Amino acid sequence: MNRQRVVFLVKNILRVLLLVICVSIVTFALMKASPVDPLQANVGQAALGSMSREQKEKLQEYWGVDTPPLEQYLAWAGDFIRGDMGISLLYRQPVASVIAVKLANSLFLMAMAWVVSGILGFALGVISGMNRGKLADKLIRGYCLVISSTPVFWLALLLLMVFGVWLRIFPIGLSVPIGVEAGGVTFADRLYHAVLPALTLSITGVSNIALHTREKMIDIMESDYVLFARMRGETGWRLFKYYGFRNVLFPAVTLQFASISEVFGGSVLVEQVFSYPGLGQAAVSAGLGSDMPLLMAVTIVSALFVFGGNLTANLLYGVIDPRVRRGGEEK
Amino acid sequence: MSEKKETSSYSGTDRLNGQTAGDTRREDAPVLKIERMSISFTQYDRGMHQTSLPVIRDLDVEVQAGEMVAVVGSSGSGKSLLAHGVMGVLPYNAAMGGRITYCGEELTKERIEKLRGREIVLVPQSIAYLNPLMKIGPQIRRGNKAAEAREKLRGIFNRYELDEGVEALYPFELSGGMNRRVLISTALMEEPKLVIADEPTPGLDLAVAKRAMSHFRELADMGAGVLVITHDLELALEVADRIAVFYAGTTIEEAPVQDFEHEETLRHPYTKALWRAMPRHGFQYIEGTQPYVKNLPAGCSFAPRCPHRGEACGKEMDYRMVRGGKVRCVRAE
Amino acid sequence: MRKINRRQRVLLGLGLSAVFLAAVCIWGSLGTEAARATDFSRKNIPPCLQYPFGTDWLGRDMLVRTVKGLSMSIVIGITAAAVSAVIALLLGIASATMGKAVDSVVSFVIDLIMGVPHILLLILISVAMGKGLKGVIVGVAVTHWPSLARLIRAEVLQLKEMPYIKIAGKLGKSRGYIAVKHMLPHLLPQFIVGLVLLFPHAILHESSITFLGFGLSTEQPAIGIVLSEAMKYLVTGKWWLALFPGLFLVVTVVLFYILGQSLRKLLDPGSVHQ
Repeated sequence: MNRQRVVFLVKNILRVLLLVICVSIVTFALMKASPVDPLQANVGQAALGSMSREQKEKLQEYWGVDTPPLEQYLAWAGDFIRGDMGISLLYRQPVASVIAVKLANSLFLMAMAWVVSGILGFALGVISGMNRGKLADKLIRGYCLVISSTPVFWLALLLLMVFGVWLRIFPIGLSVPIGVEAGGVTFADRLYHAVLPALTLSITGVSNIALHTREKMIDIMESDYVLFARMRGETGWRLFKYYGFRNVLFPAVTLQFASISEVFGGSVLVEQVFSYPGLGQAAVSAGLGSDMPLLMAVTIVSALFVFGGNLTANLLYGVIDPRVRRGGEEK
Repeated sequence: MSEKKETSSYSGTDRLNGQTAGDTRREDAPVLKIERMSISFTQYDRGMHQTSLPVIRDLDVEVQAGEMVAVVGSSGSGKSLLAHGVMGVLPYNAAMGGRITYCGEELTKERIEKLRGREIVLVPQSIAYLNPLMKIGPQIRRGNKAAEAREKLRGIFNRYELDEGVEALYPFELSGGMNRRVLISTALMEEPKLVIADEPTPGLDLAVAKRAMSHFRELADMGAGVLVITHDLELALEVADRIAVFYAGTTIEEAPVQDFEHEETLRHPYTKALWRAMPRHGFQYIEGTQPYVKNLPAGCSFAPRCPHRGEACGKEMDYRMVRGGKVRCVRAE
Repeated sequence: MRKINRRQRVLLGLGLSAVFLAAVCIWGSLGTEAARATDFSRKNIPPCLQYPFGTDWLGRDMLVRTVKGLSMSIVIGITAAAVSAVIALLLGIASATMGKAVDSVVSFVIDLIMGVPHILLLILISVAMGKGLKGVIVGVAVTHWPSLARLIRAEVLQLKEMPYIKIAGKLGKSRGYIAVKHMLPHLLPQFIVGLVLLFPHAILHESSITFLGFGLSTEQPAIGIVLSEAMKYLVTGKWWLALFPGLFLVVTVVLFYILGQSLRKLLDPGSVHQ
């Protein structure tokens, strides 16, 4: 690794750190701006009653009227970095442990959707771009247009209706069977319950990557080097294998890493419809129930994933593109 | 891949294209003959009207086996389209007219798709025509990993004094001096009968440009027909056998290289003006500019700039034989 | 030539989409009371001739509710998108013309907004503004400008380098004159297309956030509300409650996309070759 790359890396990491800090500030500010007082709103909740005095003092410190906002933020941020994310008012548990469970559920779902939609979208984009203007291209483009115009939650409703209510192939909700002890839940159970939500997310995730890959593929098919390859007698599969594949794969992989935000966003809606107990559903309940500590933690965890994805995309470019990897500088 | 002919190990002095037994093509027919080629693009004007933009209107040229012919025209005049037209890779909104024959038989779309990259090869103008993400070696071999292909490539690299290590480089890692030799190596992986060189000396310094041209001369000397498309008349004169001058979408003169020794032996006023514009003949400036294809004058397209124009210049021009060359000018004799 | 060419087809698509969308808006804004009218004598009727979209558990006509809901969503979406487009225009021009510092601040803010999943940011803003209509509009407006701002920034940067604009500057024309006379005619088509293409996104996000329960109250039958109510009755097999409103929402959004893309094809000079 040369010096330039190290500088690049450090700069990127610093930027991500700065961004995360800013996200936390903005989130905190938004929560402070809310006319709803989380303590007041949850006064009747059992959570408050069962809290220790110390915990209540902490809440007072973050949300009370006595301390100036900056100190409130610093107190909260300091605890957050130490791993103490506060107490969730809705779940009556430390936010950290709520997040841990929900995140595990969500990650399982999102990873499945992310991989499936990435591969499927890439394949569709390639087919579409290589057959520009032909029937396959028109069908794929039509599919992308309809899918990107379809609200994720409605697609989820539709699938739920068909597979859950009518055909009864898949369960209507939740990530595990009802009434089964946590220890008795098998991997197959989890998979079974995640299929419909993951399918929904995959179907919608395809459109973006497919259209992007299609554009790139068209650029590549019109490039000088493909023109020359065609003049050397290359067609069809060979043309794609030797000239298209790598050139179109790199931007697609980069894009997929950079679009983690969309999978996260989609999962919020999908989890709500399927009552899948993941991060997204937690965010919605936290928002509706004014559970500020939980909502802020969900936001920051999501942001960490999104920025992490962006950072990976940036760094990956340096690893897989020989023009950056070797020689360092482009001509 | 299966249709590969037996690959003889390459040796530099072999003739490239000894006629194989049982070939029915006429041996005396030119390798390439282009008659009245026209290439136009459709596009939208303002509003709803479609118009057609004729970039090449009337192009005639022929290349014999063992001969090197240069099509000379100024930069940006669309002469590269000639190569794309022959190779059958014009963009979708382009239409081509006229007739192309290869070894005496019409070069149809199906035929060029079979022949390109094998008997008919093109050498592109820059390494932008190479896949940026594929190493040079596999790229020239087109992914063929067979031992013969590797050996053949090594032979070609030897011939052009390219180091074996070059095979493992990516195109962006090539030095300026290597580019030309790597590009021409792609042509020699097969046994071409027709080599088209598209602008082989773009912005090169004189010594490098001369060397690049001489590589193509060698291919012609080995028996292939070579068509060079270039903007550089002086360089073309040093290596080519015949010159076709391209002006505003038409070939206006085709003459043997010897005719360029004196102004008088040339036929068309534009060729003569080009001759006078050469540094060793006084570097004289040609008045005016080439007309844009959208507003070409009727008849001779050079007429507006021609000092000898007369009424007859406004009529349709024939491409006719004059003193062993061809010319598109009513006054030439 | 009898066959209509590509441009005429585009124009046709543009006209039809515009007419449909306008019709939905007008019809929807007329039928506010009809959308709320309950009638227990006609509860839970599946789609039939009289009620093509069926009726719900309170006997409300789903066709009327769908159109009403769509028109509300369209109006809210367009309002939010318009605000967003103005933000994009201002910040795009500012980051292209006001120096490096402004440019990097704007691009940092864009990164910041892109860093939080849109729907989550919408929830945050909605909570901050105490839920309700205002939160939805502000949320959608705040989250949707980055892509258009980037586009405008790139366009202005490119225009600034154009020879004729540099020459106009050298000739002593004022900055205002150059901006209005030379830059605006190029920027305006891009801006309009960008604005129209924001509509579908804005409508989708508006319906999503209302679906989650952060937007309007059940008194106002926006399409997200209609669908979230339908979800509760899904398990009982009343499929029509969710199917038709959703389908019409998809059609609406598709038509907005077509509208935007048709406009782009007509206004973009680069499309002459197609």
